[in-house]
Amino acid sequence: MSALVQVRSLTRIFDVSKPWLNRVVERLPKAMLKAVSDVSLEIPERSVYALVGESGSGKSTIGKMVVGLLSPTEGAVEIAGIDLHRETDTAKVDGVRSDIQMIFQDPYASLNPRWKVRDIISEPVVARGGTADGLAERLLEQVGLAAVDAEKFPHEFSGGQRQRICIARALASEPKLIVCDEPTSALDVSVQAQVLNLMTDLKDDLGLTYLFISHDLTVVQHMADVIGVLYLGRLVEEAPREALFSNPQHPYTQMLFAAAPKLDGFGREVEPPKGEIPDPINPPSGCAYHPRCPLAVARCSAERPEMRDVAGSRVACHVAGEQAG
Amino acid sequence: MTPPILSVRDLVVEIPTRNALLRPVDRVSFDIAAGEILGVVGESGAGKSMTGNAVIGLLDRPAHIASGEIWLKDKRIDGLKGEGLRKVRGKGIGMVFQDPLTSLNPLLPIGEQISETILEHLPVSKSEAEARALAALEEVGIPAAKARMGSYPHEFSGGMRQRVVIALALCAEPDLVIADEPTTALDVSVQAQIIALLKRLCRDRGTAVMLVTHDMGVIAETADRVAVMYAGRLAELGPVRDVLTAASHPYTAGLMGSTPLASKGLARLNQIPGSMPRLGALPTGCAFHPRCPKTQEKCRVDPAPPMQGRAACWYPMTVEEIA
Ligand SMILES: Nc1ncnc2c1ncn2[C@@H]1O[C@H](COP(=O)(O)OP(=O)(O)OP(=O)(O)O)[C@@H](O)[C@H]1O
Ligand SMILES: Nc1ncnc2c1ncn2[C@@H]1O[C@H](COP(=O)(O)OP(=O)(O)OP(=O)(O)O)[C@@H](O)[C@H]1O
Ligand code: SF4
Ligand SMILES: [Mg+2]
Ligand SMILES: [Mg+2]
Repeated sequence: MSALVQVRSLTRIFDVSKPWLNRVVERLPKAMLKAVSDVSLEIPERSVYALVGESGSGKSTIGKMVVGLLSPTEGAVEIAGIDLHRETDTAKVDGVRSDIQMIFQDPYASLNPRWKVRDIISEPVVARGGTADGLAERLLEQVGLAAVDAEKFPHEFSGGQRQRICIARALASEPKLIVCDEPTSALDVSVQAQVLNLMTDLKDDLGLTYLFISHDLTVVQHMADVIGVLYLGRLVEEAPREALFSNPQHPYTQMLFAAAPKLDGFGREVEPPKGEIPDPINPPSGCAYHPRCPLAVARCSAERPEMRDVAGSRVACHVAGEQAG
Repeated sequence: MTPPILSVRDLVVEIPTRNALLRPVDRVSFDIAAGEILGVVGESGAGKSMTGNAVIGLLDRPAHIASGEIWLKDKRIDGLKGEGLRKVRGKGIGMVFQDPLTSLNPLLPIGEQISETILEHLPVSKSEAEARALAALEEVGIPAAKARMGSYPHEFSGGMRQRVVIALALCAEPDLVIADEPTTALDVSVQAQIIALLKRLCRDRGTAVMLVTHDMGVIAETADRVAVMYAGRLAELGPVRDVLTAASHPYTAGLMGSTPLASKGLARLNQIPGSMPRLGALPTGCAFHPRCPKTQEKCRVDPAPPMQGRAACWYPMTVEEIA
């Protein structure tokens, strides 16, 4: 298997300073927010790579850089060997762009209410000068809706049906890679199951690759082949699904798993995790998790841990794997 | 048996619209005992919030209680208005909503909000109220509570704000707390903190809790009993372990089966076909029948029966089906 997506030392910094005049009057320094910090990963063709992490950990920012909606501050994203932000051959760039599609969390906001479903679905193809005869009808049936639905408008559909329309639109340009940003977070569980099953079927039938973004560990456990865990913009652990869920190595991953409610956790008393996610503008020194970490040693506040292999995981932690047992 | 703290009997909430009379809550009955946590689950639009809001007297016109009774201990509280209602909120029932900002006054320091609520409901002096407000903030785990008494709601993180709301909801020592999706907007780690806090405080004081959520995991770990709602009606009501591991209503069974956790290892999840009907377009018979794997002719024609055992269903799951 070759990697379809190569992410190398990806960093994205946002300038979140107050307006210039306020800064001068109030004598404030510029405020820079490192939303993504030195993230490297690769996604093999026909696999599902999931990014998990709590709010603000940088999941969406990475997703947007992978599809080319945002440019990296440092580092690079290569899709099939092409760096969208540096490649100068526009034909190559266009080719890669049509290979990547994105699905968003909110199926209400991402469909133009004044367009018929047919136009919504075929737009990406028409915009490139392609023909769209019968395309919308065929795709609607593929995602479990009916050909006649092409005549309707988005408001005539439920949330789950709208997400199917979004998926149909994403499929229109026959992509290789779909970046799914919380695709079922706005849906009820019974409808979520329908959409996740559809995504699994399409992946198998069409040989798709997914970058699957979610904060829901149960969804990720169901969908992903490999999982990357983010904390404050940093990749803290990456492992194949089985390894991660049976034997999480990073103290943050362990905390996250322990805190997640269990369906069979009747009467379970959870020792609640300590503290909160720190201010991303002034992240802690060294390992960003050290102020909350039960294992932290002196080195943790001084030095940022490099990714290293521990028991089948890639882990960014000074201590992981060193305890006996 | 001690009498329940909250008793809801055949509650019906109606919304008259131009085209139809909608019933977001339809003949719902349940009790909550002192110190008990009742979980209320169901998909979006099932009527969970509407039920909670009816109990607190917070229905927005044109929604109103059309029939039924709501008792808080020995006092009937449906139909209360003005001063009577104000007394019940706070002293009788505390509230925690998904968005903490709906419960907090943005223009008032949090210490003042809590001490004012205490003064309004408890016979204490101003300095005593302030001391209790501080104790309440310390109890919910606000770091440096004394220094934060003068802070405004926007100066706190989402998780800290929800702690303040819990302090506010409990400061007048209510008998019942209604928590409507209190952690839905929060991260997993903060959710675990808030749930643990709510559990501990209510257990210590013997407060009855109605916990509305769509997260089955939260219910499993928190609730004593659980009520499952579908299209305005109670589908199932029973002890949490029974309902979650051996569902009696086919909807509960479907709901549990479709959670990713339940289908560990399987490539495909069990799915319930279709989606919950809109109130204006409810099917005949049992509202779940078009999606139900057990539908018979009776289900298409006759409305679902009143609760029999744990479920309101003509053909509840059999022992073999559960296994
Ligand atoms: N356009 C922007 N300008 C300034 N800051 C931004 C911008 N986009 C994101 N951020 C910040 O970058 C960090 C990462 O945000 P991101 O949206 O990637 O997180 P996320 O993991 O997707 O979170 P969520 O689960 O809430 O969607 C956050 O602190 C966020 O506030
Ligand atoms: N003013 C209104 N007019 C018509 N229907 C309404 C009105 N207000 C609420 N409803 C309907 O009442 C039903 C019950 O809503 P409720 O808010 O109780 O659902 P819920 O179970 O809390 O859902 P969620 O999980 O989304 O919070 C929904 O179907 C909703 O569409
Ligand atoms: S590096 Fe140190 S602080 Fe960070 S997770 Fe590992 S032990 Fe904890
Ligand atoms: Mg996001
Ligand atoms: Mg609600």
